[in-house]
Amino acid sequence: MYGSNVSADGLQHVSTLNFGDPFRKHEMHCRFKQKPPWPWLAITTSIGILVIAYLVGYIFHATVNRIAKVEDDYNKMMELKKKAEAADVAKSQFLATVSHEIRTPMNGVLGMLHMLMDTDLDVTQQDYVRTAQGSGKALVSLINEVLDQAKIESGRLELDAVQFDLRAILDDVLSLFSGKSQEKGVELAVYISDRVPEMLIGDPGRFRQIITNLMGNSMKFTEKGHIFVTVHLVEEVIGSTEVETSSENTLSGFPVTDRCSSWKGFKAFSQEGSTFPLSPPSDSINLIVSVEDTGVGIPPEAQSRVFTPFMQVGPSISRIHGGTGIGLSISKCLVGLMNGEIGFVSIPKTGSTFTFTAVFTNGCSNPNEYKSHKINNQSNSASTEFQGMTALVVDPRPVRAKVSRYHIQRLGISVEVVSDLNQGWSNISSGNGAIDIVLVEQEVWDRDSHLSSLFINNFKKIDRRTPPKLFILANFISTSRTSATTSGDNTPSIIMKPLRSSMLAASLQRAMGVGSKGNARNRELPALRNLLLGRKILIIDDNNVNLKVAAGALKKYGAEVECADSGKKAVSLLKPPHCFDACFMDIQMPEMDGFEATKLIREMEKHGETSVEAYDNVSNWHVPILAMTADVIQATHEECLKCGMDGYVSKPFEAEQLYREVSRFFQSVPNGNL
Amino acid sequence: MDRNHLKRQVDFMKRSFLDQGYLDEQFIQLEELQDDDNPNFVEEIVTLFFNDSARLLQNIEQALVSGPIDFPSLDNYMHQFKGSSSSIGAKRVKNECTRFKEYCTAGNAEGCLRTFVQVKQEHAILKTKLETYFQLAKQAGPSGTSGGQIR
Repeated sequence: MYGSNVSADGLQHVSTLNFGDPFRKHEMHCRFKQKPPWPWLAITTSIGILVIAYLVGYIFHATVNRIAKVEDDYNKMMELKKKAEAADVAKSQFLATVSHEIRTPMNGVLGMLHMLMDTDLDVTQQDYVRTAQGSGKALVSLINEVLDQAKIESGRLELDAVQFDLRAILDDVLSLFSGKSQEKGVELAVYISDRVPEMLIGDPGRFRQIITNLMGNSMKFTEKGHIFVTVHLVEEVIGSTEVETSSENTLSGFPVTDRCSSWKGFKAFSQEGSTFPLSPPSDSINLIVSVEDTGVGIPPEAQSRVFTPFMQVGPSISRIHGGTGIGLSISKCLVGLMNGEIGFVSIPKTGSTFTFTAVFTNGCSNPNEYKSHKINNQSNSASTEFQGMTALVVDPRPVRAKVSRYHIQRLGISVEVVSDLNQGWSNISSGNGAIDIVLVEQEVWDRDSHLSSLFINNFKKIDRRTPPKLFILANFISTSRTSATTSGDNTPSIIMKPLRSSMLAASLQRAMGVGSKGNARNRELPALRNLLLGRKILIIDDNNVNLKVAAGALKKYGAEVECADSGKKAVSLLKPPHCFDACFMDIQMPEMDGFEATKLIREMEKHGETSVEAYDNVSNWHVPILAMTADVIQATHEECLKCGMDGYVSKPFEAEQLYREVSRFFQSVPNGNL
Repeated sequence: MDRNHLKRQVDFMKRSFLDQGYLDEQFIQLEELQDDDNPNFVEEIVTLFFNDSARLLQNIEQALVSGPIDFPSLDNYMHQFKGSSSSIGAKRVKNECTRFKEYCTAGNAEGCLRTFVQVKQEHAILKTKLETYFQLAKQAGPSGTSGGQIR
């Protein structure tokens, strides 16, 4: 306390001491002994508060900045968005305008060219018009493609969902290309597996677009060999590893690429088999379509760019082949919209195979019934006369024979396949299955002309009422066909490929149906004339058209025909005595139908008076009345007989049946002349 | 255009009708009935058919639209129409008629309405096609159609 070791900070507190004595003035000097320590707590606290305040200030500042920036950005974006929307609207308007404005005059041009073709033109002018038409059509398809591309890019493309027949679509596409394929000498074939249902629900137009595009490409780049389109169910194909690269096994004998490689990369297939069959709902049909060709192929460098729009393999392609290069990219988008994938494999100088999958729904109401549907359809379409016939196909190539068999089976004809003429002959002559039609591939026929003429000769010798009809399946019209080693009934007719069921049916009908009907007519016509010449016949039908047709037909055979259009009139006309030799009566008529009228007529005949002076003293009137019926079900024999009719014929008349029925009542006119 | 070319066109058109299933053999038979005595037989019949059928179709339409559907009378009308169509060989029309009748006998009004639309459509298509055909045939000359060729 006392002492002089003080800290020298100069702080001093002096306090006066007052003892109460005026003479003692004492002072107490207080000084610090030690330096004061730093006030750490205060310092720290204040620094802390400063720091915190600073940070808070900073955060505030940054936040405000950020908000300002974001608002700024937002404003900018709003503007840009408005601009983009305006651009989009402009694009739609552009699309709509282009669609209408460009297409209208274009269609006008094409329409006028079409009409020009119909006027009197000389050969040069026709040529010019045709060229102009070709260019016009190319331009229209170009515009359509570009518009499609634009539509797809803007996501505006929507697929239809309607019922359609796949086989009919492929027939159409085939007919589009058949002319060109015959010109080029390329064999065209389509095979659709039996397991694909008859009707599907999807967009037929777009599906056709894809196939047309692929086939068009193949057609462009193929000069020899074949183009083979196959349609299967994915389930059929997914497990198979058949590799058909051996030359003998392809459609035309030319080597092809291995189609399995074209779908190896598909994502849908890479899942292991166990998950796949479970996933698709029972109604959806997963199709896999392959277009295989033996063309020039795509060089490896170009293969990665194949699906890019506006890319062609080389700059010269568009000059040589035309086209804009958009087709494949559109096809890819369309396939994507159909929930499928598209891929290809291509080997230069060997060919390419493009494959795609697509998902449709089953269009048949009851999927279990589609097979019976198919049979029904087959018998509906123009070919009830073919049902139950057997055909023999002579073709050494199994793939091609399979295609021929598929098309022929669609008509309801069962098919046997043999690989050469000798075997074919043994099949025909063994005769345990009566063969009605023989179809021989042109290749087989041309291979050995001696054998083929022997074949024809043997045909003539077949001891059967209707010898089988012989056809040659030809790819292109070759002038050497006129080497007619035979002539007459058995010259084989030629059926041009590509095979299409409708065309096949028509050719067969023409050669067989009309032929046999024509033969029958030629046989029966004089006979029918003999029966009907000069006979007075009454026709009753309430339908004017039927009346006129039936009358026309009977008049042709020389009969005298009178018409009436109701049952009542029939009864009054057929009241004995009358001079009608026979009556054809329609059944379903208003007021009084055919049965009723006939009953009344028979009653009249029983109780009617007979006048001796007329008509050969006939005491029993019985005018032959034949029913004309459109439905076989409606007029069964018993029903007709019950009311007194003498038979029935179908409406419209069928020559053979007519002859059969009429010959029961009429004897031939002795001096019948042709 | 010379006669032969026109005749070929006419023939070609007819073959295409046959191939596409619009007409069937009955039409060919009709053409056979046409000869010098009846030079316009086919056209007359076809015109008669279209006049008649227009009336029938109207009747059917009325019956379908007004009130509860009377299936038996519908069936009657359709029977008539089907009969005429098969007489001239209008195959597609006839097929649609058959379908209509099936729905009719089953009492399925929905189906009837739907098929009727098809019937009308096929009828209209055939009418246009045949009109073009006859015009062309007239241009080709009196024996433009193949009537009288097969005797």
